[in-house]
Amino acid sequence: MKVMVCLKQVPHQDAKLDINSDGTWIQEDNIKFEINSYDTYALEEALRIKDADADTEVVVVSIGPDRVTQALRTALGMGADRAVHVNDAEAFGSDALCVAKVLAAVAKAESPDLIFTGLMTDDGNSSAVPPMLAELIDVPSATGVLHTEAANGSLKVERELEGGAIEVVELPKPCLASIQTGANQVRYASLKGIMQAKKKPIDVKTAADLGVSDVASKATIDKVYSPPKNATADILSGSTDEIVSGLMGKIKELGVL
Amino acid sequence: MSLTRLPSIYFSDEHEAFRKSVRSFVEREIRPNADAWEAAGEVPRALYRTAGEAGFLGLRYGEQWGGSGQDFLATCVLCEELAQGDSVGTAVALLAQSEFALSALADEANDELKRAWLAPAIRGELIGAIGVSEPAAGSDVASIATRARRDGGDYVISGQKTYITNGPRADFVTLAVRTGEPGPRGISLVVFPTDVKGFQVGRRLDKLGARASDTGELFFDDCRVPASNLIGEEGRGMQYILSHFGGERLVIAAFAVGIMQRLIDIGLDYAHERSAFGSKLLEFQTWRHRFADMATRLEATRGLTYQAARLLSDAHPGADLAVSMAKLDAAASVQAVAAEVMQLHGGFGQIEGSPIPRYYRDVAGFSIGAGTSEIMREIISRALVKTKELR
Repeated sequence: MKVMVCLKQVPHQDAKLDINSDGTWIQEDNIKFEINSYDTYALEEALRIKDADADTEVVVVSIGPDRVTQALRTALGMGADRAVHVNDAEAFGSDALCVAKVLAAVAKAESPDLIFTGLMTDDGNSSAVPPMLAELIDVPSATGVLHTEAANGSLKVERELEGGAIEVVELPKPCLASIQTGANQVRYASLKGIMQAKKKPIDVKTAADLGVSDVASKATIDKVYSPPKNATADILSGSTDEIVSGLMGKIKELGVL
Repeated sequence: MSLTRLPSIYFSDEHEAFRKSVRSFVEREIRPNADAWEAAGEVPRALYRTAGEAGFLGLRYGEQWGGSGQDFLATCVLCEELAQGDSVGTAVALLAQSEFALSALADEANDELKRAWLAPAIRGELIGAIGVSEPAAGSDVASIATRARRDGGDYVISGQKTYITNGPRADFVTLAVRTGEPGPRGISLVVFPTDVKGFQVGRRLDKLGARASDTGELFFDDCRVPASNLIGEEGRGMQYILSHFGGERLVIAAFAVGIMQRLIDIGLDYAHERSAFGSKLLEFQTWRHRFADMATRLEATRGLTYQAARLLSDAHPGADLAVSMAKLDAAASVQAVAAEVMQLHGGFGQIEGSPIPRYYRDVAGFSIGAGTSEIMREIISRALVKTKELR
């Protein structure tokens, strides 16, 4: 079985972000990057299939500049077999559909049985790429997946619904699942794994190599800014009745009702 | 704001990738639990298992036992990063297992003992401790009194150990015992399983710092262990202990490097945000210069520590001297930086709940544990005298 895992390298969750000089994105110099947290769960889900069946090949795919090599090396150190790095200035940071088009081209070349992605990315938060990718390569997909069970010919998934309900879906392979955080306990790359990863191949490609053109973003970011800080917050105290009447007073005072 | 590390000639890309892996372990497993473990006085057993699965407990040991077959530079990376989890006790608990309890076992024991004790300890399934110190024998290892008398196919062990890190919960102790004459030549090391009749854990010791590591007294009353639990050869225990002190001392030095990094990072953030007399603290030249001193001191300690790690990995004749210098310097430097960063934080630095007072307490023992600064100076000065005599 072959499992393709899509990874994005994003700013580290603890990174202090500054906005760049033209106000259209963050300054990427001198900040730490890491694998998108959702994608680490997708990778772990794939590695668990490999743990159970040693014949499974796990291929990790990422779009981005040179720094993405680090993320791919980490994934290889955790146990993935090989990596595809789409190092293409136009495709990197493009809109969801263009990113999905590039990933679809990789998927067509790789013909995986399963594709795992994170449910969304920590930076973009759109959740749009996984279903678009599934649609472009014409395979069924499930989003917000908390549990997977690979069987012959199908993938059974449990997906999270509103209100804490769980939906159980069986998808015929090949198929795509976007994995929710907390789906599993993500492993750490061991030093032994990292040393072994040195010998694992990273295949570097451009969008043109994959036969895809017109991948530059159709969406432009006009402005990125930090939300303005409000000067004060009123904290109401006292008994519940006092707080409620205080709140009602405030609402009337502000004339919002 | 964070202090940028100077590029190091000692580390490969793989070391840096490993650093990231340990860092994510610290962010996920240690820092969120640091307060709870410090209060509990121990880390959960499951942490050893998680660290074992991540390959952290066997970095230097053979791959056939589940280790990674790497050198002391990898140990430096592990220690530096673990020590930044705001619970030095947690880092101590893990390294007391991987380095202190296991190194002599890995280097000197036969395959049968390695299979039974080393391999499961590397996997984190067993907790190990090193048992050397006694109430009347600390730095003076040669005067230990815990006796192992040979009786048929067994050793019968009686005596007492104290200040044993991981001792209260250890599944086995790499135990220094007296099997022969008084003095250094009568000492041996045995693997002591703690489920043996006559063994008792005494008090858990309420320490000033490193509180998440459990430390205690151990009592042995006619405890029988098979003579086949002997590590290496009888009477060579002192030599094994001394030759493995190097690793322990390097661990303390590398902890100090990590802690200095963490404290300077925390201090820089604070000095960048905190204002006094209308200016940020970092705008006062006095603080800028004090940070310059701290950063320089950190890099000096780093250089000495990595140099010692390299020499230790190469089993170089100068390794003991280098590691003694590294530990002596690291203990003094980290204590100075902890005091300086506490001063920077003013009243806030005195209040429990931030990492500042905890680190301040944690590093107090760095000039004592794994060989006091006085012993380090003794080793260094002896080497100087010897060099002079050779001229």
